[in-house]
Amino acid sequence: MTIKNKMKIEFLSKSENESFSRVVIAAFISQLDPTIEELTEIKTALSEAVTNSIIHGYEKEEGLVSISCIIYDDNNLEIIIEDNGIGINDINKAREPLYTSKPEFERSGMGFTVMETFMDEVTVNSRINEGTIITMRKKIGNLNN
Amino acid sequence: MNINYETVDNILIVSLNGELDHHSSQKVRKEIDKAIDSFFIKNLVFDFEQVSFMDSSGIGVVIGRYNKIKKLGGETGVINCNEYINKIFEMSGLFTIIQKYQGKNEAISNIN
Repeated sequence: MTIKNKMKIEFLSKSENESFSRVVIAAFISQLDPTIEELTEIKTALSEAVTNSIIHGYEKEEGLVSISCIIYDDNNLEIIIEDNGIGINDINKAREPLYTSKPEFERSGMGFTVMETFMDEVTVNSRINEGTIITMRKKIGNLNN
Repeated sequence: MNINYETVDNILIVSLNGELDHHSSQKVRKEIDKAIDSFFIKNLVFDFEQVSFMDSSGIGVVIGRYNKIKKLGGETGVINCNEYINKIFEMSGLFTIIQKYQGKNEAISNIN
């Protein structure tokens, strides 16, 4: 697989930027001519990961969240969401459907489940007090190619 | 995110307009709670027809209000969910505790 295109953006962990991040990813992947379904799924999965960085990674502090996106020549997409926040204590627990460490925020604990449902593959790397990297992959079908 | 309210008997119909994510859900929660307290109602229906985007934050908004309405002895329902909103709610098991109706009329006739 060779890299066809690539981008990286970085922004403050403010919830206002959740919408912004969705627009950015949609704009970047439009070159793959995704279906509305693919676009919606990718935006939603990304929204979950960015929200996690903001709410959990940085909690009440402010930090930087970065999104990288790589498009491979076979229409495979790789999206990497990275923060330098507190990290995840127990990754398996975090990925459990309906588990949330923040029920007081009315969080449903479905973030990872949504990501895993809408993307082909989700990997999580995290170090306590260093940060978390979420890598999501999806192959975009291209009917017009 | 804009919210429109309509009351039919003791049912509050909340129509959400825009994107429902973690950011907008913070405001939405407070406003709907205020509306529930202000209107003389017992039951709640969420209308998702004008929701252009929703992630799992929407689940929390609905469940949070469901818990509040439950204390009043009322029912909560949702109407006009598109396939993505529907999928997200299904994933969470929301429809095991909250009823999905085909439209406003069906919701009104079925809710006591």
